[in-house]
Amino acid sequence: MTLTLTAADAATSVGSPALNIGIFAAFVVFTLVIVIRVASGKKTAAQYYTAGGAFSGRQNGIAIAGDYLSAASFLGIAGAIALQGYDGFLYSIGFLVAWLVALLLVAELLRNTGRFTMADVLSFRLRQRPVRIATALSVIAVSFFYLLAQMAGAGGLVSLLLGINGELAQDLVIAVVGAVMIAYVLIGGMKGTTYVQIIKALLLIAGTFVITLWVLGRYGFDFSALLQAAADNSPKAGDKLFQPGLKYGKSLTTQIDFLSLAMALVLGTAGLPHVLQRFYTVPTSQQARKSVEWAIWLIGGFYLLTLVVGYGAAALVGPAKINAAPGKANAAAPLLAYELGGSVLLGIISGVAFATILAVVAGLTITTSATFAHDLYKEVFKRGAGSQEQEVRVARIAAVVIGIVAILGGIFAKTQNIAFLVALAFAVAASANLPTILYSLFWKRFNTRGALFSIYGGLVSAIALIVFSPVVSGKAPLEPGGPSPSMIQNAAVDFHWFPLDNPGLVSIPLAFFLGWLGTVTSKEYNARKYAEMEVRSLTGHGVGAALDH
Amino acid sequence: MSTDARTQQEDAYLALQSTDEFQALRKKFRGFVFPMTGFFLTWYFLYVLLSIFAPGFMGRTVGGNITIGLLFGLGQFVTTFAITFIYARWANRELDPMAERLGARLDAQKEG
Repeated sequence: MTLTLTAADAATSVGSPALNIGIFAAFVVFTLVIVIRVASGKKTAAQYYTAGGAFSGRQNGIAIAGDYLSAASFLGIAGAIALQGYDGFLYSIGFLVAWLVALLLVAELLRNTGRFTMADVLSFRLRQRPVRIATALSVIAVSFFYLLAQMAGAGGLVSLLLGINGELAQDLVIAVVGAVMIAYVLIGGMKGTTYVQIIKALLLIAGTFVITLWVLGRYGFDFSALLQAAADNSPKAGDKLFQPGLKYGKSLTTQIDFLSLAMALVLGTAGLPHVLQRFYTVPTSQQARKSVEWAIWLIGGFYLLTLVVGYGAAALVGPAKINAAPGKANAAAPLLAYELGGSVLLGIISGVAFATILAVVAGLTITTSATFAHDLYKEVFKRGAGSQEQEVRVARIAAVVIGIVAILGGIFAKTQNIAFLVALAFAVAASANLPTILYSLFWKRFNTRGALFSIYGGLVSAIALIVFSPVVSGKAPLEPGGPSPSMIQNAAVDFHWFPLDNPGLVSIPLAFFLGWLGTVTSKEYNARKYAEMEVRSLTGHGVGAALDH
Repeated sequence: MSTDARTQQEDAYLALQSTDEFQALRKKFRGFVFPMTGFFLTWYFLYVLLSIFAPGFMGRTVGGNITIGLLFGLGQFVTTFAITFIYARWANRELDPMAERLGARLDAQKEG
């Protein structure tokens, strides 16, 4: 392999930090100018949360792709494929197929029945206050884990790309990312944030497309030859790189763990609050459908590219160098960019990766602040009576607080595994949110007790099983006497009793079951509200009226 | 909206819900999305289970270094794209006109 650098070249930072910072700063300035230009003046609640529902399906579809192709998706999957080959590819399939749940069952009906938040739909025909409180808690939990993953990703990326290794300097960069994000949200609201996501999605897809062509070009556009080179350059894995089982085939426990993960991935997407919120930024259910269509084409296309990027990183960079880099698997794509196009391409890719984190964090912050202001403050605390100005002010204050929490959380979690945090968010979303969403859209008999059982049951069981899983404590150290790969690195601390890393296999069916149990043990049923919800969800009646508020 | 007007509106929803046309729309929608969901979930979990429990079969090469598992995985992309295309076309052509007619009827009632 003449193309591979020797291990001596594998410094802790690659490329030119000044160039990386320059490209990132240029992106921030460029997008801030756009945010300021598109978002002028005072905002109504509808403008702040959903840009007044004025985006087209295509624009929203690109923004959804921007939202969904987070740092974990882009850096994480490319790295997983580079190191674990086929088993890494399985992630991207779960992440993609999940969109069919959103397309067929959720997006259009949700657009037709809600206005601002996920809780609008869930509380539509149930008792408002308890359901809104429960939904708000689960939205906050899911968004918090997702937010932590993104901020932790920012920390790891920084040390690689900017050549910053000091604790304080890394913390400072996390704080800067958080501060810029708060500025986007406060100035731009949903409209500004959506534009940032659109720009970022296009840059990310274009950049990845270039790398893909470049990698394939090196192997005469022969995918099989690329696979061969990847196997040759991975002495440990070899041929196993394109066979299942490298990561999850070790024992029955890891096999079942993978099944659990696969379930959480495919059912989690349609329960992610910041994804659902995006369906309110278009005017009609037809445009919501179009949004998901565009999102599926773009996300699917992108994951096909990451397959090449991942195997390309294995072939051209090699697992030894990836594992030696700060950020490990997450460094595979940036290292490949450097290998191909030197400092300039690395600079562009790292700029895009930062932009990714920034845009996703901004979207999460809007959604969570909407939950605080609309669900908790207006509907629960003020019982629906607060003025719009007050509501938007509360949302802005919430955004600042969430931003600060994200910065602190990111600093605390910067050594944590990003993929684990994201899988956690998916598992909680699939357990606490999705059963209630599906029941309330499709099951006539569903009622308040069913919703509360399902939301709290899913939320508590998913989080409890994670706390007592090997992810938090008790994984055997990689080398005798070394630190444990669990969250608690002290190998002497071990309180795990749940064998799987991912709780989905237990918590998702449990949440569906509890939703059923709660429903059939309660007599509550509101035929009028059910009729209104069903008619509106299928005909789109009243969507325009709701927007005029 | 006064409470009376609100109840009237809800009654209109209730009335529309019990019409044959609305039940036909509901049946048509569910008749498409439920079997389709069943299909893609079965197909996805078949892929996942084969990858987990039949790695030998999935790891068999079919030409060069391309394995059955890789082709199977790409097949998931193909079916996802195909279902998206088929559903969107079907919904645009068959579902939307029906839904719009029923929505328009509610608007007419409100004004009438």
